[in-house]
Amino acid sequence: MASIDYPLERPRHGEKTYSFSEALYSWVSTVDHKRLGLMYIVAALIFMIIAGIMAVVIRMQLMFPESHVVSPDTFNRLFTMHGTTMVFLLGMPMIAGFSNYFVPLMIGARDMAFPRMNAFGFWIFLFGGLLLYFSYIGGGGLGGAGSAPDVGWFAYAPLTSKAFSRGAATDYWILGILVSGVGSIASAINVIATTISLRCPGMTLSRMPMFVWVMLVDSWLILIALPPLNAAQIMLLMDRHLGSNFFETQAGGSAVLWQHFFWIFGHPEVYILIFPAFAILSEVIPVFSRKPIFGKPAMVGAVVAIGFISLGVWAHHMFAVGMTAWSNTFFAASSMLVGVPTGIKIFNWTATMYGGRIRYSTAMMYCCAFLLQFLVAGLTGIMLAVAPFDWQLHDSYFVVAHFHFTLIGGAVFGIFAGIYYWFPKVTGKLLSEKLGKWNFWLFVIGFNMTFLTLHFAGFLGMPRRIYTYAPDRGWDTINFIASVGAFIQAAAVACFVWNVLYTLKKGEPAGDDPWDGWTLEWATTSPPPEYNFEKLPVVRSSRPLWDLKHPQDPDWKYE
Amino acid sequence: MADNEALTADALTLEQQWTPPDRGKVGIIFLIITETALFSIFVAAYLVYIGKSLVGPYPKDVLEIPIIATICLLSSSLTVYLAEHALSKNELGRFKFWWIVTICLGLEFLVATGLEWKKLIYEDHLTISTNLFGSTFYSLVGLHASHVTVGMIFLLIVLAVTLMGFPIQTQFRRVLFLSWYWHFVDAVWVVVFTVVYIVGR
Repeated sequence: MASIDYPLERPRHGEKTYSFSEALYSWVSTVDHKRLGLMYIVAALIFMIIAGIMAVVIRMQLMFPESHVVSPDTFNRLFTMHGTTMVFLLGMPMIAGFSNYFVPLMIGARDMAFPRMNAFGFWIFLFGGLLLYFSYIGGGGLGGAGSAPDVGWFAYAPLTSKAFSRGAATDYWILGILVSGVGSIASAINVIATTISLRCPGMTLSRMPMFVWVMLVDSWLILIALPPLNAAQIMLLMDRHLGSNFFETQAGGSAVLWQHFFWIFGHPEVYILIFPAFAILSEVIPVFSRKPIFGKPAMVGAVVAIGFISLGVWAHHMFAVGMTAWSNTFFAASSMLVGVPTGIKIFNWTATMYGGRIRYSTAMMYCCAFLLQFLVAGLTGIMLAVAPFDWQLHDSYFVVAHFHFTLIGGAVFGIFAGIYYWFPKVTGKLLSEKLGKWNFWLFVIGFNMTFLTLHFAGFLGMPRRIYTYAPDRGWDTINFIASVGAFIQAAAVACFVWNVLYTLKKGEPAGDDPWDGWTLEWATTSPPPEYNFEKLPVVRSSRPLWDLKHPQDPDWKYE
Repeated sequence: MADNEALTADALTLEQQWTPPDRGKVGIIFLIITETALFSIFVAAYLVYIGKSLVGPYPKDVLEIPIIATICLLSSSLTVYLAEHALSKNELGRFKFWWIVTICLGLEFLVATGLEWKKLIYEDHLTISTNLFGSTFYSLVGLHASHVTVGMIFLLIVLAVTLMGFPIQTQFRRVLFLSWYWHFVDAVWVVVFTVVYIVGR
């Protein structure tokens, strides 16, 4: 009997044992997309834990009025390093990690388009991160002032000029981000070239999984949005070391120009960070609802629309700077416009679940929480897009609560969903659902305790980044609840770490396809062999594995 | 059964007809896109700061239009095309000739830039820290010149391996992509030239 070209029957290779130095060498010298993807994800998780501990210390400082858990200088360094690490060393490598690991598997390729550039991207990201953290040791520099950078994650001029930021800490901040930014660009070019050029036979763009589509648009955004940041960092570095005057107001330079350049990067960056969650949700929700994704062309259209509209909304971060009325109007309108495609996505995920046979695994529960929390984040975002409203709450804890709802309630919840979903594929073992539920509920409760309440702190006038506050402002109860929530979130992450370690040691074997998935990565072994597919698959529909599992009723008959 | 056989035959034709674009081509196109984004920020900074310098020297006093250098760089786009075209027809002699001409033209551009900077620094006392004109001028023109330099290095590598007898026609793809990069650098110069020497003066 003739068989279809799907790689379901594969020989399993015996595990070879390596000595420690051999194993180390094989990981350091690898150009395999799966190993690099895994290293990206693990490095990002480690940075997440470091920056999470910083967040807990920040919340400890703010738990009671007029407390002095840390010194004011340390506090400034903490929130700077927390923000910088979470954005550049958690968010960005997570994108690279997930897209590296799963894009080739999902499009039926054996590796990325440029494997060596891929390795370059990872190592330069890692050393960029280490450079940033080296500032704790080397940041004193010749000026002898300061250790870690303390200029905030968006480092507004003129605080970053040589006169106000002495020592080398700010230079480490610039260089660390510049260097890891080069890595992100390398990885983005790689993802685009892989997606366009290495698709297996029959994998047309319209049949490409949503995950790959979103990662493709995400890489596009990285290519457009990161160079402005790199350019601004180069200018700032020249200001600090060659005496140029880009952001030096005394020589006629403009501090506001830095804000423009930073947010031309910074707002697309928010979408860059949330896109992996979009990508993951678009795979997890259909599989756990037992329905194909609702309105796939609209989903693709929406993500492409975000990929363009989000490039024109940056100055809504700058309403309080004193732009012209026309600029304010334009950026308020464009910011509301970007809510439309985002709304389409939320609607379509909900419609995918509607009438489905939903299995509430931990991955799916994270997706459900994402939908609600990201909706709240979107709505507060629309509120802040209204310029007069923004004037009231600019730089208050309302803004802090808003963007933590997008980046934790959205991006991080999505990433956790992805980890629970693909962990069996990557390691061959199922994460414990029991610990997973603990992880999930602690995280949801702790997260909402912290950040729902902080919206109200913002309404009551609490400015962001303050070191401490007087007891008579009416902020103490809110801050106390928020800090308790932070401890619960820390416990949730501890649960997760324990779950991973426990599963790696004693987890039950998952098999190749534990969730009955539909995309190509579930067609190979868990973990996948180095060459991914023995024989390259041939694809006829959006759900190639459905076709294979149901030869009497394949999708391609209807597409 | 018949279904399955038809499917297999179909899969074979699909596989044979499946020709996605060259990954190198996609890679170089998107590298050029991201470089464009980088340049546009420096161009934006230049445009924003035109006429904002608090002290002299000002562009209209010290800048001279680099006509010869511009002609050299822009015509090198033509010569690199002729070289690549010759290589596609496997005419190695003509390829080498046009390739060397391209290198000479690029070199002349870099030398002209160097001489221009030398004049600006030593005669007009314009450095990167003098005023906003200096900051934006040296960074924008310098960014472009550094891209020309990178292109020159790759052009020289190709020339060296060709002269050493390496069969360069087997690497036609790479030569082609390098020539695209070179066209990009030339196109950027058109923008830089317009902004710095026409609009900015």
